[in-house]
Amino acid sequence: MGKVFVIDLSICNGCHTCQFACKDEHCGNDWTPIAKPQPEIGQFWLKLEERVRGTVPKVKVAYRPHLCMHCDDAPCIESCPIPGALYKRDDGLVVIDPVKCTGCRNCPDACPYNVIYFNEDLNIAQKCTGCAHLIDSGWKEPRCVDACPTLCMKFMEEEEAKELIKDAEVWMPEIKDQTKPRVYYLNMPKKFIAGTLYDPAEEEVMIGATATLKSAAGGDPLTTETDSYGDFWFEDLPDGVYSLELQADGKVTTFTDLNTAEADINLGDIPLT
Amino acid sequence: MAEQTFVNCTGGGPIRVHVEDGKITKVRPLVFDETDAPSWTIDVDGTKYTPYRKACVAPFSLTERSRVYSDERILYPMKRVDFDPDGAPGSTGPGGRNPQNRGKSGYDRISWDEALDLVAGEMKRIRDTYGAEAIMSRASSHHNWGNLGYRSGAWARFFNLIGFTDILDNPDSWEGWHWGATHAYGFYWRLGNPEHYDMLEDALRNTELLISWSNDPDTTHGIYGGTDSAVWRLWLRDKGIKTIFLDPFHNYTAAHVGEKWIAYRPGTTSALAVAIAYVWITEGTYNKEYIARRTYGFDEFKSYVLGESDGVPKTPQWAAEICGIEARTIVALAREWASHRTSLAGGTKGGEGGACRQAYATESARHLVFLQAMQGLGLPGISIWGTANGPPYNHTLEFPGYAQGGFNLIAEKPAINPIKQRLYRLTVPDAVLDGHIEWMGEGFCGNSIEQHFTKFTYPLPGHSEVKMFYRYGGSFLSTMTDTSKWVRMYQSPKLEFVVNQDCWWCNETKFADVILPACTNLERDDISEWASSGGYSLHASGSANHRVIVYQQKCVEPVGESKADYDIFIELADRLGYKDQFTEGNTFEQWIKKMYDWSDMPKYMDYEDFKKKGYFVVPQLENYKPAYALRWFAEGRACDTPDTSNPKRGTDKADELMTDTGLIEFVSQSLMRHTPDDDERAPLPKYIPSWEGHESELFKKYPLQLISPHPRFSFHTHHDTRVPWLSEIPEHRMWINGYNYQVCRIHPEDAEARGIKHGDVVKLYNDRASVLLGAYVTERVRPGVVHSYEGASRYDPLEPGKADSPDRGGCVNLLTPGRMMSKNVPGMAPNSCLVEMCKWEG
Repeated sequence: MGKVFVIDLSICNGCHTCQFACKDEHCGNDWTPIAKPQPEIGQFWLKLEERVRGTVPKVKVAYRPHLCMHCDDAPCIESCPIPGALYKRDDGLVVIDPVKCTGCRNCPDACPYNVIYFNEDLNIAQKCTGCAHLIDSGWKEPRCVDACPTLCMKFMEEEEAKELIKDAEVWMPEIKDQTKPRVYYLNMPKKFIAGTLYDPAEEEVMIGATATLKSAAGGDPLTTETDSYGDFWFEDLPDGVYSLELQADGKVTTFTDLNTAEADINLGDIPLT
Repeated sequence: MAEQTFVNCTGGGPIRVHVEDGKITKVRPLVFDETDAPSWTIDVDGTKYTPYRKACVAPFSLTERSRVYSDERILYPMKRVDFDPDGAPGSTGPGGRNPQNRGKSGYDRISWDEALDLVAGEMKRIRDTYGAEAIMSRASSHHNWGNLGYRSGAWARFFNLIGFTDILDNPDSWEGWHWGATHAYGFYWRLGNPEHYDMLEDALRNTELLISWSNDPDTTHGIYGGTDSAVWRLWLRDKGIKTIFLDPFHNYTAAHVGEKWIAYRPGTTSALAVAIAYVWITEGTYNKEYIARRTYGFDEFKSYVLGESDGVPKTPQWAAEICGIEARTIVALAREWASHRTSLAGGTKGGEGGACRQAYATESARHLVFLQAMQGLGLPGISIWGTANGPPYNHTLEFPGYAQGGFNLIAEKPAINPIKQRLYRLTVPDAVLDGHIEWMGEGFCGNSIEQHFTKFTYPLPGHSEVKMFYRYGGSFLSTMTDTSKWVRMYQSPKLEFVVNQDCWWCNETKFADVILPACTNLERDDISEWASSGGYSLHASGSANHRVIVYQQKCVEPVGESKADYDIFIELADRLGYKDQFTEGNTFEQWIKKMYDWSDMPKYMDYEDFKKKGYFVVPQLENYKPAYALRWFAEGRACDTPDTSNPKRGTDKADELMTDTGLIEFVSQSLMRHTPDDDERAPLPKYIPSWEGHESELFKKYPLQLISPHPRFSFHTHHDTRVPWLSEIPEHRMWINGYNYQVCRIHPEDAEARGIKHGDVVKLYNDRASVLLGAYVTERVRPGVVHSYEGASRYDPLEPGKADSPDRGGCVNLLTPGRMMSKNVPGMAPNSCLVEMCKWEG
């Protein structure tokens, strides 16, 4: 049990408030024994990442606040040679003791999520503490969560979050069984295949055409209809190879070998002849 | 020492400031407590919408600690090393004034007494020699917040009292709406933006489709409302109302809630708009009853659209070629728009947006009004609304906005500038350098539409040219257009003396002879309401979910030797013999109390309680009844919104707009009266190819269109490099080889064609200037367009003080054209700007 972060990426508008609030709390402020000051620049105890998906004009933007995952089986703790210098609290937060840390630099390398920074001036490793110093003084949540204007970030008791996180995902799911992260993401975007269908004879978009997408991995095909712009969107697709059939008025166009592993796919304007 | 907290306010909302040992330790959004008034709720078919119990301030408002303690703060008064006030005006060399070295030379620290004596002495000399009009001054917008302590308070009182040549602002954020849309639907008292009352509720109840046309409210925040309205757009999205974004840039609101992005070419808004009208006219999908009843001159517009009057039908195919999008997309957009109750956001205040800061944007702004007129503007769900203003709103508590008069509301004797001579912000350097300038039209002019036609001459007959510039707060180098002329102006001997009073080293600070350090509003007291400008934007605090009146509590002592602006002006007033008139014997605290007493606040909260708590949340009216913007007009009723600035409200013409006919005018009768032969802002607006766009001759030489919208992470020049935390947001600035470059977005095709890679230092250039930037290669701009924000706080020419030197600070407005929007419209057009980009090998 203990605390978890639950972040709904469908609500996040990428405003960076979380990142600024984190800097405001930690840059130049000394919260020993939980943390020493974060340098003004160069470290991101919380980093808001922007990723652009697709191509003009089928573009979507994915944001993700990236922070310490406060793992239950934290590789950083395992890598630390000093007893008690890198520890897990009862509330689940993982903290580097800035006094006990000797600057051996094991933990930045051990962390698979790249969230531990090394402070050359202080000769210590530093990272997100979940604002444990505030939690200890009665705050209900860390600064990033406190400041979020869309409430996309939540800091909750794992027990209370159970329902919320049952379909949640984690960053780098391939290692989650080894690390057991405590930061959960809702509505993490996957890949899309999209395009616009038009009738070249009429020079008009085709509305209500059927688009059918089949995954090479099998399973039921996905179908959708083109919207009022002739656009079709298949979203939340796992990486894989797909074939697509577009059909209207007895005319059919097909695409094969659409591989979403590399990137989202905008098929552009497609004439249906 | 134990932690204390204080309440203050910013341009992005109210904050709680934590202080320990006299130092700010953290800045939080203001969170409301259980004793504060309850929030409103809108109930739509059983779904209850209510805002969060906190001020969702602008992201940059949470950087205030960093900004207060910035390395760029001015810590003490300074004098330029090679400025000798005993030297004759224009004198060079040892013992001279050396104006040619402004922008090049360093500074010596001097005492406050020395600085004030010097400034007051020069002011006296210039007033005695040339007259009070020989001193010009202007404040930038928004570097601080408060009704009394800075721009519309202390600065305005001082200069209006002593008399000066005021520099008229242009409405730089909504030029086309001001100079154009007013002639279609009035609202000149709102500088062209429509009223916004209860538009959130209308949208939640009635709107089926949102068109966001050059609108990015997640970035522009309804101006001062911070992120408070972001949740409205989520509510609308989650209700299934989709938003279509028309913008060359896939903007931040599009990234959040956009369903469809139509990436059309800059400068072609009018062509796209009239092609939409063409589809509606030919398919009969517009509101003919409304057109007949509530508009004037439609037939002439129809004739133009169909090509009857000029032989060119404005078909989607015609527009497609111009706009760089497919005709079928235009048809699809027109059909979807007409078949839904559609709200049009032409900018964060209804109007605004980068599209209105272009050549001939008067025409495109009017065309957007026409489109909604054709669908029945004001009918349920059919509005011009920026999605960032207009929650349920208690307007009955009177509290002045910052531009509502300041000290003049509460002083025994208001300060009225006795000097009639004016300058115009965009052309100040031309006026100074040439010694003469004429123009037509007042910028911020909400008293009458006739002010659009006021003729100005500088120097005013019988008046001296300006000899001294008292520059206050912020910078125009990266917010106005073709701004290297400001450098040339500063270095002219015609300016005998230049003062700069600011909190930070700004772009223009280093062109001063004497620098006076002011403190920020976190270092002094003030009084204000969140997001409330008053003036030409009545009830603008409706860009936030709660009306919050703030006693801005001094949090810490001023940094360095900086002083409150009010205190600096007292010192100067004293030396000039105006101290008693300036203060009327009041302390600053007494002025604050007077403004509190002037307002309705005494009915709601005891002064001492207000001062101690720091804020008051205005309660909602019981049994609140919405009065939807322009519904009265659509229904032919008397205006029932609280827009008390509407001159016809409460008269027997209260069902009319403030146009000549009282109707929406497709053929403007105010233009017909004043400039009937103007073919660039004709009574009937037309699509006119930009004087600097893809159809211009210059396009062959400079084939990229630069757009420079308001910044996402800064407020004009006021944060940016002041806050190191912004320097490492790769969508804002990039560290490349140890230097922090502002980014310029470019499409991968355009980058590849020029051998440019993401993260390269590039030179963006044209015949006007060169600016070095970091290349940000992205699919968020359409090919042919490059995007870099206005408002760089740093101007860093490779050769200091040389106007033609490439700048690596990121002032892209060095590149933008100084040409006015059109021949009778003195609006700026920074988004009509052609450039080329290459990799910088320097």
